[in-house]
Amino acid sequence: MLRQIEGSRAVAETVALCRPEVVCAYPISPQTHIIEALGAMVKSGSLTPCEFINVESEFAAMSVSIGASAAGARAYTATASQGLLFMLEAVYNAAGLGLPIVMTLANRAIGAPINIWNDHSDAMAVRDSGWIQLFAETNQEASDLHIQAFRLAEELSVPVMVCMDGFILTHAVEGIDVPEQSVVDAFLPPYEPRQVLDPADPVSIGAMVGPEAFEEVRYLAHLRQLDALERIPSLAEAFAEAVGRPSGGLLHAYRTADAETIVVALGSVLGTIKDAVDARREAGERIGVVGITAFRPFPGDAVRAALSGARRVVVVEKAFSIGFGGVLSTDVAMATHGGPGSLRTVIAGLGGRPITRRSLEVMLVAAGQDQLPPLTFLDLDHAIVERERGRMTRTRRSGPSAENILRDLGTVASRIG
Amino acid sequence: MTTHPVRFYQVGSFAAGNRLLDDDQRSVQADPNRSNSLDSGHRACQGCGEALGARYALDAAMRATHGQLVAVNATGCLEVFSTPYPETSWRIPWLHSLFGNAPAVATGVAAAMKVKGRRDVRVVAQAGDGGTVDIGLGCLSGMFERNDDVLFICYDNEAYMNTGVQRSGATPPAARTATTEAVGPEPGNVFGQGKDLPRIAMAHDIAYVATATVADLHDLEQKVERAMELRGARYIHILVPCPLGWGSDPSATIRVARLAKETGLFPVFEAENGVVTSASPIRRRTPVEAYLSIQRRYAHLFGEHPHTEVIARLQAIADKNIETYGLLDDEAKQATPEGIDE
Repeated sequence: MLRQIEGSRAVAETVALCRPEVVCAYPISPQTHIIEALGAMVKSGSLTPCEFINVESEFAAMSVSIGASAAGARAYTATASQGLLFMLEAVYNAAGLGLPIVMTLANRAIGAPINIWNDHSDAMAVRDSGWIQLFAETNQEASDLHIQAFRLAEELSVPVMVCMDGFILTHAVEGIDVPEQSVVDAFLPPYEPRQVLDPADPVSIGAMVGPEAFEEVRYLAHLRQLDALERIPSLAEAFAEAVGRPSGGLLHAYRTADAETIVVALGSVLGTIKDAVDARREAGERIGVVGITAFRPFPGDAVRAALSGARRVVVVEKAFSIGFGGVLSTDVAMATHGGPGSLRTVIAGLGGRPITRRSLEVMLVAAGQDQLPPLTFLDLDHAIVERERGRMTRTRRSGPSAENILRDLGTVASRIG
Repeated sequence: MTTHPVRFYQVGSFAAGNRLLDDDQRSVQADPNRSNSLDSGHRACQGCGEALGARYALDAAMRATHGQLVAVNATGCLEVFSTPYPETSWRIPWLHSLFGNAPAVATGVAAAMKVKGRRDVRVVAQAGDGGTVDIGLGCLSGMFERNDDVLFICYDNEAYMNTGVQRSGATPPAARTATTEAVGPEPGNVFGQGKDLPRIAMAHDIAYVATATVADLHDLEQKVERAMELRGARYIHILVPCPLGWGSDPSATIRVARLAKETGLFPVFEAENGVVTSASPIRRRTPVEAYLSIQRRYAHLFGEHPHTEVIARLQAIADKNIETYGLLDDEAKQATPEGIDE
């Protein structure tokens, strides 16, 4: 049944249906509504048995999850941005230990400059940690992915991060269907750990591993991610059968059948991109979209197949590797090497900068005319950058750049949108 | 801790022999059926105080919980010397995650046991002084504040020994470490404000806080057993000499620990709900020189030009502890200050 609810609310209700046994919470915008809702459910008794633990940091949130998961409990937490970086050591540790923790990442920019709005810098920063990373395009998908995430994590003993765009999804109210408990119970069996701290059968977990075995342990983690590439589509099929709607999978292709140009992206911006693509289609361009749901493991074969007919690929990214360029673009380039003609990277939406349909269309027109440079920063205000560059050239003590740029801009709020 | 009227202690050590005690008061280690939680064959250095302390503490906890125990370990010597696979020394379920998160990991284990209805399974988290007073302090304070059902044990050897004897927040003034070298006009560690973790733990009003040394292992066992009688957050801080880092003879580990207590430099006490309930009295007051001079980390204080003023400042710390905790009972007050002859 569709209800008009906030994305965070839907995720919280869905996570509760997955019967987590330990939920740790440390507040960070824009993840707060999820953990607040779960806290209320535990405190009121509607989510039981479950321990809701208000921890003192994100580092503790992931650490408590590690302990709970190693002791055989289904563990969940949520974070964003600085919080993810603060728990980074434990994020790697959870994956290294093979603990099937599920975490929502309410994607948000990373400071400095401090910024609470959405981009994908946080998710990209933990790209190599060994977590499975699934990106939701809509709130319905964000909600549904959590059910699949618990099953995927536990089947493979690999932690799974469900990435949903901060504010754009977490705080958006729209029609979302949260399944019945019985549907989720039928899809998601109880957690049966592969390793557990049990006095009846003592094991040592987390021992020192030297050069004699480290590479094998790491390679095994890689193989489990490759297993996930097989498991993710089959879980999506099973989910569609159980719940009655498609959700998840490795990627979603949209109007790509005869497309010469294909736009690739992650997350909620795909909605706007599809609108822009529809407009270009009406103008006669053969253009389509590939939305990648599974970013780690990266579905290289599926991406190559989806892009095989395209002459141009434009990767729109809400993050970038400073000093190099696109992150997702690199993966797409690796997957399609020797394949389609040109690959262009468009960095957009950093720190919550709105990605408008109009800007996308202008960019796509240029792309269609093969006039897009290899690396584009969408809607970048070059004049303001040059002004600060000039200041830095003229004066040694030019001061903090972010503050200088804000001063140059004047009242910035009116410019957003 | 319940005080024991038996005074038939051995000269010098003041330790009461097991044979003089009733069966139920004999040490856990004297029991042939002890659990050997940390089994032999590990790679600790000769004379390692931490290995000794951990063995006694965990076996006592195992007896107190009827074998229903899970241990969480911070990164450090204890973790490294006990687990190079396939030679783990742990005969209890044991988890190592990271350096600074053992208290939080233990919270997670305790939460899992609670939610699964296994309240009989108890959790001990353990770390060295670096993992406790420095990098782990945030998680530890959080665990205390939430009053999670975890006994946290700090094995304090007063520096980062696993990485090669660098200074920690628990390194005492004047001590030489690899990052507080015995050079310059004020050799060794600075006289700072200290970071008194037992008192910081007490400030959280948790159910139980105790200090102990590996010189009185019976006292240590009794404190662990007392801790396991209680629920909620509990803390035991054990002084464990490190022959390598302290420059003491491996055969002198017990003696060094005993002198730390007998000088007053390391007060041995216990507290419940934030209030000190007992202190182990000094039997024979001993000047700090007796403790300092047998450790090479203090060698720069002695020799041809002894730093008498530095030694006096260290003596003042000991004197303050003696006063704060009332460490001199009537018997000791009448005894003449002197070194322990062994």
